[in-house]
Amino acid sequence: MKILGLFLAIILTFASAAFAQDLQVPQNAVAGEGASISTSGSGSATFYLTGPGTSLKRDFKRGETISLSADDLAYAGRYTAALDGGGAQSFFVTAAKPAKLNFMARPSRVPVAHPDVISGVVFVLDRNDNLITTPTTVNFQLGIAGSAPTTRPLQSKNGIAWIKAGSGNREGAAQFTASVGDISAKRVVQQVASDPCNLRMKAQADGKNIQLQTEPIKDCSGNAVPDGTIVTFSESAGGRGRSTVDARVKHGVARATLPSVPGATLTVASGVVLGNEIRWSGGQ
Amino acid sequence: MRLGSIVMIVLLLVLIGAGTVQTKSLHISANTPETALQSFFAQVKAKHWDDAFAMVQPGSGVEKESFIKDLGGNNESLKTISALQDVKTKILRESGNESDLRADLQWSTAVGALHESRDFKLVNDEGQWKIVWTPPAKNDGPPKPLPTTYLRWDVVQRGSSRDEWGVQNVEPPRMRIISMNAIEYQGGVTILGEVVNEDTVPGFVTINAILLDKDGNSIAEESSFDKISHTLLPKEISPFRVDFANRKLADVKSVRISPTNILVPAAADPVVGVFNQRIEKDPNGKSILRGELVTQGGQTVNIPHVLATFYDQSGKVIWVSDGYVDKALLPQQAVPFAVDLRDDLAGQVQNYRITVNYYNSNRS
Repeated sequence: MKILGLFLAIILTFASAAFAQDLQVPQNAVAGEGASISTSGSGSATFYLTGPGTSLKRDFKRGETISLSADDLAYAGRYTAALDGGGAQSFFVTAAKPAKLNFMARPSRVPVAHPDVISGVVFVLDRNDNLITTPTTVNFQLGIAGSAPTTRPLQSKNGIAWIKAGSGNREGAAQFTASVGDISAKRVVQQVASDPCNLRMKAQADGKNIQLQTEPIKDCSGNAVPDGTIVTFSESAGGRGRSTVDARVKHGVARATLPSVPGATLTVASGVVLGNEIRWSGGQ
Repeated sequence: MRLGSIVMIVLLLVLIGAGTVQTKSLHISANTPETALQSFFAQVKAKHWDDAFAMVQPGSGVEKESFIKDLGGNNESLKTISALQDVKTKILRESGNESDLRADLQWSTAVGALHESRDFKLVNDEGQWKIVWTPPAKNDGPPKPLPTTYLRWDVVQRGSSRDEWGVQNVEPPRMRIISMNAIEYQGGVTILGEVVNEDTVPGFVTINAILLDKDGNSIAEESSFDKISHTLLPKEISPFRVDFANRKLADVKSVRISPTNILVPAAADPVVGVFNQRIEKDPNGKSILRGELVTQGGQTVNIPHVLATFYDQSGKVIWVSDGYVDKALLPQQAVPFAVDLRDDLAGQVQNYRITVNYYNSNRS
């Protein structure tokens, strides 16, 4: 009984192989390009093709060549061709040449002169959005108008290339570009001024008040701090109370009016950055 | 016709009777200074301004319009949307035809109860106790309109229909919590701290806190609600306070704080100065942080909200207190404020910082 079973299995295997040999599937099919499958034998048959996003059925005569259009093989991946009455063969369709880059750049706004704050991720795709998994050189370029851009070529791995980059020293709209050959994708990363640096103010008597004004407020790279930034002026007179004004930077400087209290200490700060201190003598 | 005349006569008599009773009740209530003041505030509570003003001793500077504005508020201030809830009166001094009384008023508002303590002088005028109304201190002249030319941020969002993949809208501003402290207070746990907007654009921030037990499970979740200045301009620092009622600090292993921040349109105006800040005791012996608010721009602030951060010797935030001001801030005019300070912490407070939040009726 066991010998009989083994014999039948061998027969079936050979029969299946014989049917499979009826189909000659393409060995180097490329997504989005047509291909043909040659058949052998005689008589009518039905051809089936299944693959990523594809499923078709076609009647044909054995011995003819089955033509598959570019649309039939639009997506990369494993396809299976089969004939009715048994017999099936699988083949792989690879992605075509790079035609599109999906580029994700984060964040859209960064302070200047910070290391590793910008990240860019590129997915290399062909014209049918198939991920190209073969290593591809992606050129990342980050630059701001008026200064030389920095370029870094990187190899993609499994279709993805990514980079971590630091922001430049100048504020403005930095062009962040990823390119493969003549295909490129561009993003804009707004480089903004960092924390104020060397915050200084001066005081002037104005009747019963003190007029306080900062020098032009800049970050440590020399970029002007944007208007609207909060600058806190404080006046502390020990047991005689204190006064504070959260002023806004306007045209590069911040101004405030505080009551004049002789002997008071005047301070200025913006966020967590402290500026200079003035001992107010009453404007004498 | 005859029946109609009879009905009219009866109605007239009823009305005359009612008027007599009303007048009588006023007369009865004005028999003592305390009942007179109670009766006065009963009219204020009912917003019967004519009746209330009738109980005020006529004098120079006493005008009905300013009287109503003083008690009922104006310029869309918090007072205008408040209702007098409760009045407690106390005689401070009594001598013959004059009495000094203190009224502790509780107003109910949309932002919670407001407490006010005012002293009144009453004089006996031909058997009737009258209130000597002190007109509110007048500022130097009328409000000065000033041009408002500060920066304004608007948010323009991209259309979402045909965006390329990977393209995004502007990111929310970067907010950072720069200090945090967990304390136990009045049978609950309170999380205190400060948050700074490190970005160059304004943001709306809310602090959410989750208490975790020793196994990392969530015990309770709360947000800062109005104990924070939600809209932060670039480099602006706000205190925050999150209260968990009926919790014990011993049950809490850790606290997970997550600021939720979004980019919002905002204006850099108004600039509010906080002058003459000092900690002192109120008439009841309670520690109070007082000062004056002055807008340095040209915009009216309808409802100012004062947030006070108290620090100990090491610079740690030990308490965050807040208070709404029931008067609107007119340009360049000082309005006093007072914020509670916990008496048990008064000795530990080495430093404090006041920030002013605001709500405007025309804020967009």
